[in-house]
Amino acid sequence: MQGNAKLAAAIHRHKQRMGEEVLAVEGVRKEFPGVVALDDVQLKVRAGTVHALMGENGAGKSTLMKIIAGIYTPDRGTVRLRGEEVTLKGPLDALEQGIAMIHQELNLMPFMTVAENIWIRREPKGAFGLIDHAKMSRMTRELFDRLKIRIDPDVEVRTLTVAARQMVEIAKAVSYDSDVLIMDEPTSALTETEVAHLFDIIRGLREQGIGIVYITHKMNELFEIADEFSVFRDGKYIGTHASTDVTRDDIIRMMVGREITNMFPKETVPIGDTVLEVRDLTLPGVFEGMNFTVRAGEILGFAGLVGSGRSNVAEALFGVTPAASGTIRIRGQEVSIRSPVDAMRHGMAFLTEDRKDTGCFLSLEVLENMQMAVLQEAHVKMGFVDQAGVNKRCEEMKAALRIKTPTLYERIENLSGGNQQKVLIARWLLTKPKILILDEPTRGIDVGAKAEIHRLISKLAGEGVAVVMISSELPEVLGMSDRILVMHEGHQTGILDRAEANQVKIMELAAR
Amino acid sequence: MSTQNTDTSSISPPGKTRRVPPEFSILTILVAVAAVFEILGWIFQGQSFLGNPQRLTIMILQVSVIGIIAVGVTQVIITGGIDLSSGSVVAMTAMIAMSFAQVSTYARAVYPGLTDLPVLVPIAVGLGVGLLAGLINGTLIAKTGIPPFIATLGMMVTARGVAKWYTKGQPISFPSESFAKIGSGVWPVVIFLVVALIFHIALRYTRYGKFTYAIGANPQAARVSGINVGAHLIKVYAIAGTLAGLAGIVTAARAQTAQAGMGMMYELDAIAATVIGGTSLAGGQGRITGTVIGTVILGVMTSGFTFLRIDAYYQEIVKGIIIVAAVVLDVYRQKKRTKTT
Repeated sequence: MQGNAKLAAAIHRHKQRMGEEVLAVEGVRKEFPGVVALDDVQLKVRAGTVHALMGENGAGKSTLMKIIAGIYTPDRGTVRLRGEEVTLKGPLDALEQGIAMIHQELNLMPFMTVAENIWIRREPKGAFGLIDHAKMSRMTRELFDRLKIRIDPDVEVRTLTVAARQMVEIAKAVSYDSDVLIMDEPTSALTETEVAHLFDIIRGLREQGIGIVYITHKMNELFEIADEFSVFRDGKYIGTHASTDVTRDDIIRMMVGREITNMFPKETVPIGDTVLEVRDLTLPGVFEGMNFTVRAGEILGFAGLVGSGRSNVAEALFGVTPAASGTIRIRGQEVSIRSPVDAMRHGMAFLTEDRKDTGCFLSLEVLENMQMAVLQEAHVKMGFVDQAGVNKRCEEMKAALRIKTPTLYERIENLSGGNQQKVLIARWLLTKPKILILDEPTRGIDVGAKAEIHRLISKLAGEGVAVVMISSELPEVLGMSDRILVMHEGHQTGILDRAEANQVKIMELAAR
Repeated sequence: MSTQNTDTSSISPPGKTRRVPPEFSILTILVAVAAVFEILGWIFQGQSFLGNPQRLTIMILQVSVIGIIAVGVTQVIITGGIDLSSGSVVAMTAMIAMSFAQVSTYARAVYPGLTDLPVLVPIAVGLGVGLLAGLINGTLIAKTGIPPFIATLGMMVTARGVAKWYTKGQPISFPSESFAKIGSGVWPVVIFLVVALIFHIALRYTRYGKFTYAIGANPQAARVSGINVGAHLIKVYAIAGTLAGLAGIVTAARAQTAQAGMGMMYELDAIAATVIGGTSLAGGQGRITGTVIGTVILGVMTSGFTFLRIDAYYQEIVKGIIIVAAVVLDVYRQKKRTKTT
């Protein structure tokens, strides 16, 4: 019972502080090699409010949350909790000091019961120091009653739905009688009724005086549940407002409103014949009814939120995870693409979204990384690699793309993100593709390299390559694309022409 | 190694400006181990350890079978896999190959006119059996997605079973003279070195080699780069199986007999030689040259312990510790590398 008595006391304590600043972050800066993730950022959360964090992907929200949850240490700046400055040594330390985080990817142990998951490390002990399971179930039931959650404490977590697991995570966080609760996109996997239930719980927590930090990409949620919100852009703090004071358009403007300089050296090139034609491409549960064409010299941008299915469409085109139905035509000819080998045979190339996971061979040299795709079809005689020939072409690529590496024999992991990306682009350019699919070509890359990659993409389009470019950065999509296809939850919600497209229109289609 | 900011491609000619080759540190270990035995030899035995050519020849002969296996195992480990079946495959191929290599002297009494089979028959059968075992390993891993550890563990038990079942536990002896020749003199060493050379070249200069490293370094990236990962893995395991088969032929020829208990724990010695030789169990890194040196280190250790008349039991204890130490060193090296980036 001890845990719940403490909890009741905490609720009382929280209620007394209603409206006070429970969490204050000031002047926080965080750098990663080559990127400033956060630059002099602030965030003030008051007890008994839901505070939403808004910003595009890469704005720095997640980094900030990880600092508050003790996962990252800031390079500079202070975190104050209940008015006192704290140093968080790790996630556990943050939890013990009263900051709980519910991660986007759930962290429960599937083969343990709900109760075991909630009270892990804090199990009530009975005779001989053994765990008192009956008491643990009872404590869980009391906790669930307070939160109006109806889940059997004694079932294994793996039997629960995603929504139920989400509730268990929330209950677990609450059981630490935290002052601050961080939720990162908690509704991304929930149905409407489940969302309604979640919001009831959140409102209950708010009444108990807990400060809730809420990350979402969904505008309507913001207006339904949030009291205040802070906007971030490019690692900078933009401002804090009450959600009653502003309109949806104001927020979008705050989120995306940056100056577009010559970051996007888009060239006007003659658009040729249709190269790629996609009809009714469908992978049930992932994306449905994709219809689009790309012509030679054209850049078709893909916009939409992370998780809207953009990358899955790219993977289907390239045969990584083939679509279930629909047709793909290349130069009018219907083709069957069941694997990346098939796609390459048809002149396709695919720069994947995650450089580290699906792009680089980190333990290998730059040369090996660059030549790996082209060896499939060229520079090999009787199984032996014509190394002199490949080296020559790789050296040319290195010069043309201005890849900064002492030699081609440097391990790729010693290169900066931008140069790694250039090596991967070079890997595909060596295959002389007719269709180039780029998934987040400039993610996590510094500004200089970004502009260079943009110039390169424009140049390739100018040479008649049909380009599909997925990007979470609206300015990039707008700056580079001839047409923009917008996706929302696995559906194509519209294709905008370069002339008519702007950030607000895209956001409206992407986050309805 | 920091990345320079200036473009140096125009200054330094395109060519190999490699740092110290990775084999260097392994070679140092070999020299150190040998030196320790040399010193201990003078202290405790009053004679030189290295100064005895006969001892060195026997030592190399003893480990060449392990070395042949290790060449295959190295390739498997570079793909990020493991092969536990090699020792049992040695026994299985030894039995089956030997049964085709027996002299017909006795049988001729009953069936006059019967002649010895040409020596190529037992060799081809032995290699074929090894190849088949490897193909099964590779196909299981590539097509069902079960971990290499499990697939090859299954083959380890099964192949040993086949070896016993084949003659209901009876040993097979009396090979033809030409078959026994394969295991005589320095032939095992020659076979080991030729095999090592072939696959050293294959790993460094052929597409097969490049793809092997790529799959070990990042299987997802390999697939997206257009490599047929499954088919390639089957190839690698098939090669490892065939080399284990070759090792079985050499073992049987050298002993002039085949028994179901042959090759016991050879798979672990081969893995040890590979890992001591600097091949990372994480995949994507490793060289045949390192494995050859690793094999010799194992040989020096065994031979050195015997030379010092150290109890066989202690030998195993120390060997175990050295293998673990080699892997700890590998993990440490990996960590240091990731920290510098």
